Amino acid sequence: MTTETGADSEAKQPQDTNETEKGKTKAAADPASPLKQPEQLPAAVGHSTPARKEQEPQDDDQESHRSSISHLSKSPLRGVKKVKIMQCKVTLLDGSDYTLDVEKRAKGQVLFDKVCDHLNLLEKDYFGITYKDVDNQKNWLDPSKELKKQIRTGPWNFAFNVKFYPPDPTQLAEDITRYYLCLQLRDDVVSGRLPCSFATHTVLGSYTVQSELGDYDPEELASDYISELRFAPNQTKELEEKVMELHKTYKGMTPAEAEMHFLENAKKLSMYGVDLHHAKDSEGVEIMLGVCASGLLIYRDRLRINRFAWPKILKISYKRNNFYIKIRPGEFEQFESTIGFKLPNHRAAKRLWKVCVEHHTFFRLVSPEAPPKKFLTLGSKFRYSGRTQAQTRRASSQIIRPAPLFERSSSKRYNMSRSLDGAPITENHDTLMKDSSADGTAKIIAKGDIITTVTTEKKAEEEQAEQEDAAETPELAASTQQRRDTKDTEPPVGVAKHQTNISELKRSFLETGDSKPGLTEWEKRLSSSPAHSPRADEAPMIEPLEPQDTEDEEPAGDERKQEEEPKATEATGYLVKYMADSVVTEGATSSGPHGISLSTTMDDDVFIDGTLREAEEKTPDSQDEVSERSMVKISPGAVRQEVSQAITDKKGTLIILKDDTEGKNTAVPGEDTEDTGLLSAPKDKETVQDDIAVVVKAQMTNEVETPSLKIDMKPDDMTPFKGMDSPKKAMASWISQEVKVEASEVTCVSAKEVREMKTCDGLQHKAQIFTFEEMAHSKQSKSDPTQNSLFESSAASLAVSTLGWVPSSQKTSAESEQKETEAAPAESAEPAGELSEGGTKEIPVVHTETKTITYEAAEVDSNGDADPGVLLSAQTITSETTSTTTTTHITKMVKGGISETRIEKRIVITGDADIDHDQALAQAIKEAKEQHPDMSVTKVVVHKETEITPEEGED
Amino acid sequence: MAALMAGFGLYTHAIVRGIPASLAKEALRTSEAEVDVDKARGEHDAYVEVLKTRLGLDVVELPADESFPDCVFVEDAAVVCGDTALITRPGAESRRGETEAMKRALKALNLNVVEMTDENATLDGGDVLFTGREFFVGLSSRTNQRGAEILADAFKDYAVSTVPVLASLHLKSFCSMGGPGLIVIGSSEPAQKALKIMQQMSDHCYDKLTVPDDIAANCIYMNLPNKGHVLLHCTAEEFPESFKVFEKLKDYTLIPVSNMEKVKVDGALTCCSILINKKGSI
Repeated sequence: MTTETGADSEAKQPQDTNETEKGKTKAAADPASPLKQPEQLPAAVGHSTPARKEQEPQDDDQESHRSSISHLSKSPLRGVKKVKIMQCKVTLLDGSDYTLDVEKRAKGQVLFDKVCDHLNLLEKDYFGITYKDVDNQKNWLDPSKELKKQIRTGPWNFAFNVKFYPPDPTQLAEDITRYYLCLQLRDDVVSGRLPCSFATHTVLGSYTVQSELGDYDPEELASDYISELRFAPNQTKELEEKVMELHKTYKGMTPAEAEMHFLENAKKLSMYGVDLHHAKDSEGVEIMLGVCASGLLIYRDRLRINRFAWPKILKISYKRNNFYIKIRPGEFEQFESTIGFKLPNHRAAKRLWKVCVEHHTFFRLVSPEAPPKKFLTLGSKFRYSGRTQAQTRRASSQIIRPAPLFERSSSKRYNMSRSLDGAPITENHDTLMKDSSADGTAKIIAKGDIITTVTTEKKAEEEQAEQEDAAETPELAASTQQRRDTKDTEPPVGVAKHQTNISELKRSFLETGDSKPGLTEWEKRLSSSPAHSPRADEAPMIEPLEPQDTEDEEPAGDERKQEEEPKATEATGYLVKYMADSVVTEGATSSGPHGISLSTTMDDDVFIDGTLREAEEKTPDSQDEVSERSMVKISPGAVRQEVSQAITDKKGTLIILKDDTEGKNTAVPGEDTEDTGLLSAPKDKETVQDDIAVVVKAQMTNEVETPSLKIDMKPDDMTPFKGMDSPKKAMASWISQEVKVEASEVTCVSAKEVREMKTCDGLQHKAQIFTFEEMAHSKQSKSDPTQNSLFESSAASLAVSTLGWVPSSQKTSAESEQKETEAAPAESAEPAGELSEGGTKEIPVVHTETKTITYEAAEVDSNGDADPGVLLSAQTITSETTSTTTTTHITKMVKGGISETRIEKRIVITGDADIDHDQALAQAIKEAKEQHPDMSVTKVVVHKETEITPEEGED
Repeated sequence: MAALMAGFGLYTHAIVRGIPASLAKEALRTSEAEVDVDKARGEHDAYVEVLKTRLGLDVVELPADESFPDCVFVEDAAVVCGDTALITRPGAESRRGETEAMKRALKALNLNVVEMTDENATLDGGDVLFTGREFFVGLSSRTNQRGAEILADAFKDYAVSTVPVLASLHLKSFCSMGGPGLIVIGSSEPAQKALKIMQQMSDHCYDKLTVPDDIAANCIYMNLPNKGHVLLHCTAEEFPESFKVFEKLKDYTLIPVSNMEKVKVDGALTCCSILINKKGSI
């Protein structure tokens, strides 16, 4: 099975999209009626492609983007402007086709939701929609992307499938969900994707019969009633007889029970839920890579020759047709190792990568990671944006509807397939999925054949995609180093998207405790082991043999973090939420050290707002980006609310909510207030600037894109500001501090945007903090267009970890602060722009990833005043250990009669090893506080620079 | 209700085989030890007696065949799991003929018999560890990749992972199952290493019971109706330290079984029988 070909599409988008679109849209465009196009009907699909390409108005895509704002108004100025409706055919799990209309520009989510509605399915996170790509490979539809971007050629035919096989189907809340899972599994079995023994075929078959036909009734059922049904790839008379024998014994068993039994057996099969991909190892040996809930499995023939549990994997990446995993060093190893696999082609590599990202997120993370910020990232922005298993479980526990009545369609597909050609599978998704079957040796060949039809154009695509990929590795690498809590990274999009009611979501956040599937298994094991009781008294004797996995729990956190990192970028806007979220999850699960460290760090007096910024190479995909981006934006408001709500709820019991917000900064009680009296905080631009690591990145943007981006984004970006206060409160309360909390969220896109934000929330002086960072970005992005599209760009960066703290003091007006922020970035941004220019052309390509995170005390007093103050003294102390360099910079200034002592501490940590950044940060802050109890931490900037080693980057 | 993979350790039948006189001189061995055939037979009789009388299994006793000195070690000739029996292709050429009698016996028990006909494949049952949830196959001097692949094909329900076995004859020369989810493992370095590999390859969690002597880690676990957990393990005489470890197991019926002679020709406890569950099979 495979996923969507995002990378390719992203890469080729600029050149390719228009053409493919033409094929599709053309049909929609040429008949006058804007609604259903007969030509788009599945029947007519065959010819919907290249022949008509030329006819498509060239501007189709842009058109649709532009019209996105007003498309609802259907004003028929021109035919093209009308909403184009596409007819989609979705093959359901029972083999039937469901035909529905969606807007051409609709996102995958729309289609998915409609299908789920049609199916009356609430627990939909386990499912997905697939389509075939040009190679006839099955890809998962990305819910966050427009359909038309994904279906580039051919008819809009899809299939509804199980995407994440729940390791324990009994945990599904509804019978109807299990029913659909059963249908999928029946098909998996019959098609051979899920191999099983004769005995298993018999058992599974018998439950299938029971659920479908009910009790055995010799009067009603013909003697060969069972031959109508399919149970196995090679169904024999003997099998049917055995099935019948068993069926007779099930009298009185309800369909739901039968399905439960079916699943209980099916889930134990070793290939249950394993998504197989053909590959070759470094020595060219044919192997299969299997992605599943617990990790990555390596098969040679049918043998499992290796297994990498998710916690063992530090990083996954792909480049061209190579797929890499970086492995956590074992007990006796000192270094991480990277293992590479060759996939048949680039698309396959990307598909595999995506499936891995999704499975990892779904099964291992408490909440998904946000995709990287479009503008500044390199590599694929793809992230899983749906709910994780943990979340979906919580959510389903909230389902309160009466068990829906549903009709179990008699398995049409089996009959159908039989009558047609004897082949077990007829439906298009079957064929698609076959790709991943264990016995798919022939597949590659077939694939190869198809590939031969590929033209040079495609090559170009691939090349571009490759470039993109090159960038990709760094991204992940960076994430590797930075250990942020995965949980933090809350994918606003997915949640909002999926979320049906707030309480559901709340639930899911609150009960993350048992989210680790491994644990349950483990516990089961423990309790079932006869040695269990003995072990109690003789502890040393029988030991759990899975220290690895248990240990893993922790590492898992790290791992996530790493992978998460990139996501956070996209989440800049949602940072507040993200933090809040992490706090919550932490509290609930106490599984990851990171979230915890974060919250403990900012324990009492200071509440920290964070900005996360990530500068990365940008790939030259314009349209996609735009769409993805805007997509992402949709949710923040909602998410935030939910999150905050969830938090508040949780909090409710523990803590009192503090309600100070809205641009009004209250003084901090406690120690801080004392300080306040004494000192003012004159901060001048320079200091601010200092704190900011300047990151220079060359970006490739094309002009077309920029405008469209703006259009799409602004409205969305604004949303963050609303509802912002709630999470803050929530957070504050969680920490049980009376600190004013402020969160500002700004997604950096364009300068324009930033400015808008400012204006719109005058009340918000928080915005400032982020603003400057954002500004820098925006500046950059602005300048980029002028530079025009340069593909390979290099990144020069400056990594600094700065911990600066200033005695807290009076706060100045929001306005002045804004000014300051505005100014500061301006300066830092300038050089950035220059650098990037130079860099793009001349600097050899060094893949460096830089990441800056700023946490700033909400009440950072801004000085705003142009008066730089008088420098009384300055002192710099440097100390070094093997891996860290600490520079303490103390400045005393007098400004407006108030003296300020400002201490900046820079800690530069270097090394290959996994650094637990959060911990380091927490430690640093703690120390700082201990050393200067009378001062408060006002700002924390974490800047991370990762250099991608050539091995990884190149091959 | 039919359920697969239930009842780990539940057996109804056992297949054993007599000891030919040729064992003393001709049986393959990794050491130079002298074997006393009579003693060995005595041991074996006691072993069979335990299965038959003490545990109440239906024991199928195949006659010894002088032309197959190692024939007593029936485990190598077949792998039985559920209702499927895979007739192996033993790695030692001199032992290939042992499978004939085994095949007949298994067919007589109405098992679904699968044969390993590929001439490139070798597999000794002693390299096959079935944990109840999956198989581990030792890649040893007796078992190769192809053999493992065929095993995987024969038992499609289960994951089959390979484990390199370098320092000993078979995988089960230093480990075995001591209960559901409990692996008994020797303390030697190769044994521990192999265990690490198994643990890495597995989706499941196991407990381990480490015993000082590798060969003592080869024991036979059963879970029998009315008897509960049963463990046939080494005697105090043979491996006093390991014996002490077993002794500490609670809720087990512990049955020390002497194996002093057979061990000289690398025969461990599991080697001498094939255990079959006919009731649970469909």
